[in-house]
Amino acid sequence: MDSGWLLAIILLPVAGTILIAFIPGLSERLIRYIAALFTLVSLILAVIVFAGFDQSIGGIQYELKASWIQAINANFHLGVDGLSLPLVLLTAFLGFIVVLISWKIHERVREYFAWLLLLEASILGVFCSLDLLLFFIFWEIEVIPMYFLISIWGTGRREYSSIKYVLYTLFGSAFMLAGILSLYFTTEPHSLSMVDIANRSGVIVQSIMPAAVIFWLLIIGFAVKLPVFPLHTWLPDAHTDAPTAGSVMLAGALIKMGGYGMIRICVSILPNVAQDFAPLLLALAVISVLYGAAVTLRQTDLKRMIAYSSVSHMGFVLLGVFALGEVSLTGAGLQMVSHGLLTGLLFAMAGLTMHNVEERDLRKLGGLARQMPVIAIVFSIAGLGSLGLPLTSGFAAEFITFTGAFSSTIVEGVEAYTLLAAVGVVLAAGYILWMLQRTFYGPVLEQYNGVKDADKLEKVYMFAFVVLILLVGICPFILTDVIQLGVSPIASLIGG
Amino acid sequence: MSSQGFWLIFLLPVISFVLISVLVKPLTRRDSPVAGYITIMAITGSVILSIWTLAEVLGAPNHEIHVPDIIWVTIGDFTIKTGIIMDALTAVMVVVVSVVSLMVQIYSLGYMEHFVHHDGDTYTRYYAWMSLFTASMLGLIIADNLLLMFVFWEMVGLCSYLLIGYWFHRPSAANAAKKAFIVTRFGDFGFLAAILVLYTNTGTFDTAQLSDMAATGLLTGGILTWAAIGIFSGAMGKSAQFPLHVWLPDAMEGPTPVSALIHSATMVSAGVFLVARIFPIFAHSIEAVTLVATIGGFTAIFAASMGLVMNDIKRVLAYSTISQLGYMMLALGAAGIVLNHEGHVTVEAAKAAVAIGIFHLFTHAFFKSLLFLGAGSVNHATGTFDMRLMGGLRKAMPWTYITFLMGALSLAGIWPLAGFWSKDEILITALDGNTLLFILAMITVFMTAFYMFRVIFMTFHGEYRGGESEEYRHPHESSKVMVLPLVFLAVLAVGVGWWSLGGNFAEFMGEHHPHAAGFFDIFASSPWPIISLLLALAGIGLAYLMYGSKRISAEKIGARFKMLYNALINKYWFDELYENIIVKKALLGGIFAGFQEVDANGVDSVVNGVAEGTFGSGNIIRRLQTGQLQLYGLFIGLGAAVIAIVLFIVS
Repeated sequence: MDSGWLLAIILLPVAGTILIAFIPGLSERLIRYIAALFTLVSLILAVIVFAGFDQSIGGIQYELKASWIQAINANFHLGVDGLSLPLVLLTAFLGFIVVLISWKIHERVREYFAWLLLLEASILGVFCSLDLLLFFIFWEIEVIPMYFLISIWGTGRREYSSIKYVLYTLFGSAFMLAGILSLYFTTEPHSLSMVDIANRSGVIVQSIMPAAVIFWLLIIGFAVKLPVFPLHTWLPDAHTDAPTAGSVMLAGALIKMGGYGMIRICVSILPNVAQDFAPLLLALAVISVLYGAAVTLRQTDLKRMIAYSSVSHMGFVLLGVFALGEVSLTGAGLQMVSHGLLTGLLFAMAGLTMHNVEERDLRKLGGLARQMPVIAIVFSIAGLGSLGLPLTSGFAAEFITFTGAFSSTIVEGVEAYTLLAAVGVVLAAGYILWMLQRTFYGPVLEQYNGVKDADKLEKVYMFAFVVLILLVGICPFILTDVIQLGVSPIASLIGG
Repeated sequence: MSSQGFWLIFLLPVISFVLISVLVKPLTRRDSPVAGYITIMAITGSVILSIWTLAEVLGAPNHEIHVPDIIWVTIGDFTIKTGIIMDALTAVMVVVVSVVSLMVQIYSLGYMEHFVHHDGDTYTRYYAWMSLFTASMLGLIIADNLLLMFVFWEMVGLCSYLLIGYWFHRPSAANAAKKAFIVTRFGDFGFLAAILVLYTNTGTFDTAQLSDMAATGLLTGGILTWAAIGIFSGAMGKSAQFPLHVWLPDAMEGPTPVSALIHSATMVSAGVFLVARIFPIFAHSIEAVTLVATIGGFTAIFAASMGLVMNDIKRVLAYSTISQLGYMMLALGAAGIVLNHEGHVTVEAAKAAVAIGIFHLFTHAFFKSLLFLGAGSVNHATGTFDMRLMGGLRKAMPWTYITFLMGALSLAGIWPLAGFWSKDEILITALDGNTLLFILAMITVFMTAFYMFRVIFMTFHGEYRGGESEEYRHPHESSKVMVLPLVFLAVLAVGVGWWSLGGNFAEFMGEHHPHAAGFFDIFASSPWPIISLLLALAGIGLAYLMYGSKRISAEKIGARFKMLYNALINKYWFDELYENIIVKKALLGGIFAGFQEVDANGVDSVVNGVAEGTFGSGNIIRRLQTGQLQLYGLFIGLGAAVIAIVLFIVS
């Protein structure tokens, strides 16, 4: 009886949301415990599903399919394959961790945790959906909790940032919906099933609409989310002004929906078009990497710096995806998980630093390694992972992506794109080390005497992050074996 | 013992690192030296295993022991294995690294005591990183494939970052650490690119297989040359070759024993080792070996020239290191040129050709670590590294003086000390490779002897000039735990050169008919050994006249050649060029600032403009900012309308 697992994973946080939102008179403490409990159980189930995923078969497992809207042949269809499973696990992990990160939130606690859990559920839904309409609905639901999290619990220009986030996302999803509907109408009989359409990818187009147009409609929606230059400017604002948990969720899980969508929908349903436009997208990947890194180097705000580094690092995902090789796609998948862990931890540490020190301007920070040694060490580990140091997940992911892309024979000139993108790693060393130095090294500043280091709870989640980062770095096969099962059928569509 | 047991050489310091960070730190008092004892025990284990390895390899056929690989990651056809290689090169290197590291660790017990008791430092952090540093370097040496090497390569870089920045509260240390990491990473980019090129064209990371492919012609032409140049750029970063040399002089911001380790057996020797490891690939490209020889030869004289004028004892030694690394590169490159001219290059011939460069690495590691540790000992007594505040220390610190003198004589290449034998071979090879490079190398011999004895006379002779402050008025010899490693290394600095007598070392590395020089008849076979020896003696003589007897005034010479002196003391303005002009002005202040402008005003204003245009007025945006979300529906409707229109037009 496999089919209920995914539903349970998604519904648990929803149930948590409902409990928190509608049971009157819960104490703050109890709300936190409910949130932690529901997300933890969801995480445990995700781990069980991951462990139970049969690697000898591959394909889609834990499927659940129920007829939903018969008139348009829409189904409530869930399932995971090697590509989505690691992302489900990542989201469930971060979903639990952000509850712990939010332990010190005291403002409108009830609403806060309700939104936070709903956010997790919607992202999980995106990764589990096999029906395009369902996928789209989950995709859209996510906007609402994120909007409120930023605009109510955020900092700085939070109203501007939250509305910018909404506008960008809706702009993208308008195109995406157009793309989805086009796909629907071009298949005969009309279908919304991702599996179905992908299986018939050769046959779909009775040319109501050129495949290239559909491809671009879809990719714009995903490119906003990933993000891809020049559609990225929502990201620094949203990440910077979001509360810590929001940033962790955004950078850690949410933007992966973009990369996932590109592989799951654009590449696997329209492989030939993907191949035609790969050079252009690879060029955008290189621009995202280098431009993102260059702008990162100019930042003086701790969170904004990490936010811009995401633009650069997600460029590697785009590179891996549109190099279109089996290894490069696997690398892209691994990079998404790795970035989720590393940047999740970076934002968590930045949030903690800002909370304890009450300063986020890099020009005013300094010398904190003496005053908050634990945070300094963990922040450094996350930073070193982010600059691609071996034995961390960052290196494993980037190296596999680069090797896969460079040796991919699908796209002309991919070697040049790969090498250019690899320059981003050098720049990453620049901004990460600069950030660490400005925050933690240099003379001890008196005004920060007495700032607190991490407390027990904080140490617990830091430890969890660090263990996973090293685990993926040292044993990447735990994930790559699975991801490969998901991407190799897709890669074989392209003949690579 | 199964052949996988060789892993222990590397694993022992790893275990020490883990033990120290997990157990020792929480369980001991802040000033407990137990972390040091653990490190020393672990590395002693590595030394024993290394020597045992050397003996095994000496006894093995072809001086090579096969160790099976372990599969690590598989994605379709893409497989990553990890494995170790046990050949002559590995065996020599593990001995050098573990022995020098052991001496440094013992010495550190004494050296760090002061900082633990006065400055609130701890042994744990220091020894944890030292263990990891040693482990990474040993890992790099035993790794049999480029990817694994790259992993350890980066770990070596990380550890040097951590150790150079050990006193992170000093801005200069934090800056130096960052500089070291970023400059070397610049070179690592080439290394990474080369790995990608090689893997894509051959399907393997394995160094032995790659070497075979180069020898059998499966790997040729531009691919081979570019791969070699890429790898060399990585080596240039780590081994501080021009123009990536700028990080090394600043790297002395770390504790002095760290400098000793970085400058001798780990970190900087990694680059030379890397080139040697895949030398069969280099040897097939005349462009690559010529580049190696040229960069090496130029770096040797370029760095030595800056060493002539520095007043900081560690800086002189730092430039000396860069210069000596240049020698090693020159030796490798020139041997490659000779080999390439002979025509058919076999893997064996290429592996044997690295003997000369590696032999200098071998001898240099001992005398250079000795010199740095000596400088540390002097620092303990005087509180400074500025030689203008020293002088006359030979009476107060006889052991430091004698051992430092041995190191200096060895480095200057005085017969019959270790440095003489290794340098002599390089000169002869350089002559065979390229006359100009040979002349540069000969001039460097003179300069080397001069700057080393400038150090000797300024530091140990004449009258004591008082040290850093009042409390250093009466310098004294360092403690036994610091002096003993000095003595041990001094013995090595004198004697290890004799391994090459009769061509033994070259034969061990695989040369079948080595050039066999005897203890005395080295001077009989050609005139160059005696000429180089005379040049070195002339350098010492000049140093004596200027800084010993002071018959020639250094100030007057400095004033006479003011331009040149300024260029040297300002390090040819390379730091200025890189840090201020390229990084600060051109990149951060120019291009990157431009990007940021684009980001803040260009991209965003286009997006905002489009948004405003779409809604026809800014009012809606303003209303949205109050938190309303009605536009949601509008967008969905908009999307649907787009489709409807497109469908209508197309059908």
